[in-house]
Amino acid sequence: MNAALSTTAERMAMLPPDVPRDAMIVTRNLQREYDMGGEVVRALRGVDVTIRRNEFVAIMGPSGSGKSTLMNMIGCLDSPTGGEYWLNGFRVSELADDELARIRNKEIGFVFQTFNLLPRATALHNVELPLVYAGIGAKARVAKATEALRKVGLADRMHHRPNELSGGQRQRVAVARALVNDPSIILADEPTGNLDSATSAEIMQLFEELYAGGQTIVLVTHEHDIAAHAARQVHLLDGRIEQDFLTEKSS
Amino acid sequence: MLLGETIAVAFQSIRANKLRTALTMLGVIIGVAAVIAMVALGTGAQRAVEERINSLGANLLTIYAGQSFNRGVASNNRVSLTTDDADAITKDARLISAVVPEMQTSLQVKLGNKNINTNVLGTTANYTEVRNYTVPFGRMFSQGDNNSRQRFAVLGWDVPEMLGGNPAAMIGQTISIRGIPFEIIGVLNQKGSGGSWSNPDEQILIPLQTARYRIFGTDRLRSITVQVAEGVPLEQGIVDFERVLRREHKIRPGADNDFQVRNQQEILATQQSATQVFTALLASIAGVSLLVGGIGIMNIMLVSVTERTREIGVRKALGATRGNILTQFLIEAMVLSFVGGALGILLGSGTAIALARLAGWNTYVSPTAIGVAFVFSAAVGLFFGIWPARRASRLDPIVALRYE
Repeated sequence: MNAALSTTAERMAMLPPDVPRDAMIVTRNLQREYDMGGEVVRALRGVDVTIRRNEFVAIMGPSGSGKSTLMNMIGCLDSPTGGEYWLNGFRVSELADDELARIRNKEIGFVFQTFNLLPRATALHNVELPLVYAGIGAKARVAKATEALRKVGLADRMHHRPNELSGGQRQRVAVARALVNDPSIILADEPTGNLDSATSAEIMQLFEELYAGGQTIVLVTHEHDIAAHAARQVHLLDGRIEQDFLTEKSS
Repeated sequence: MLLGETIAVAFQSIRANKLRTALTMLGVIIGVAAVIAMVALGTGAQRAVEERINSLGANLLTIYAGQSFNRGVASNNRVSLTTDDADAITKDARLISAVVPEMQTSLQVKLGNKNINTNVLGTTANYTEVRNYTVPFGRMFSQGDNNSRQRFAVLGWDVPEMLGGNPAAMIGQTISIRGIPFEIIGVLNQKGSGGSWSNPDEQILIPLQTARYRIFGTDRLRSITVQVAEGVPLEQGIVDFERVLRREHKIRPGADNDFQVRNQQEILATQQSATQVFTALLASIAGVSLLVGGIGIMNIMLVSVTERTREIGVRKALGATRGNILTQFLIEAMVLSFVGGALGILLGSGTAIALARLAGWNTYVSPTAIGVAFVFSAAVGLFFGIWPARRASRLDPIVALRYE
């Protein structure tokens, strides 16, 4: 099993020969079929995409294009029915449930449209959660979570619960939670979908800062102006990649 | 995932739904309390019987007058035990170490203006020794008192209260039994009724000879209690006095005895096994309510899993394994049942103590019962928590994250 390989270099050597050595996400002919009451729905019909370290990629597409399915695959929340997927050298397309959970914990930081914070827990505790599942001790957890919250500018809101925070602040907590375990990628699913335009801009600003700091970010959205913040855009249509291009920066 | 964290999360979610948690726990509390109280009641009854067995004294047999039988058919002439029979056993039965004849009737007893009706027992001086009594106040009448037909009375523990006085103050007072004055010379220690039909603490002892000649006017005995000599098997003792009694009653060889022999310990042993069955019955009925409490836990845990589907999805996305989620919900169920069990033990013990204090019932809260109830309530949490926890752990994170 790939996950047993200890160093990143060893894992990278197992990748297909034609991919760059700093590839973070590699999919080859990735397929996903759903059985909807006897009728087979082909959500992904062979997706080949390579995302390198420190890229900021937006995945776009109308609803039904397969972008959510692709996001679930990349986020290791679902397994493909065909093709292969490597994440940071791990061949995750063949991992079992609990191994996927470990990959999600260590390699991926999720940011959701609806924030998905635990309502009864403080901001600090929410950010600590991935570290809890990583088995890190209480002291180190608090230190790392505090650092992550400071990074997103919420050091003074650590002990507030989500319902005492504004939407933008909640999403910042979620970003801090995504960052706290030093993941390979941050996977943001419509992160501004529930925010007004001013707050959206703030959050996108935050993503750009993280990108500038070397973070790999994958953003799923259907809004062109949000996708424009990313350096590269991948457009999906009917389960295939329709377009894959670099964003032209207007500035 | 660290266990401490899991337990903290469990308590957090329990605090978040106080009323619901309280109602769910109530099921377990009532269940455990019922088990504890019922077992305490049963154990108390058992111990009362045990105490009575121990207080009876060893190797005691009681002979009652019976009917004579002729080839298995009861004849009409009732025979009786007399003081002569008791004397004959004393004299001729070598394997019998003590003979206590008893003559008993319920009589009017007066002290001042107090008038009660209680059992008056004419017996010999060795009654207290054979029956394992002590005489905390005053003294027992002596063999000499008996022979000289003294009008002395020794009261059972409850009698002074029935007559409206305390035991110490009774000594030296004069009561009248069937209009004849008796001096109170002693009060016996308490034995307790032990759930039996007649309470030995409510009787009054008077010397046998006094009873025979001054009160009853007959030599007929209610019973003779004999003590088989130490080291002699009861069966041999029975054979020994049966031989004497059959001779005295002129029973032909082959004919049935015209008296009955009862081994009091045997009777009580039967009573004891009956109370054991009674305890088991009570406990199992109470156990049913504990089961219902467990179903309550399962119900609320299923509701909780549904309510917190989103949370489960988030936790899974952040790296919780199936095992993590399973443990979390299982521990929540067990915290419910554990806390409920602890409160139930307090309530049950309180109820048992209250029953003892207020209703005067024999109850005993045994540490074993507490331990078993605690373990059982935890097991209920485990058993009824496993299914909801498994459901939670098997949720698909994608579906769970989108759950509204």
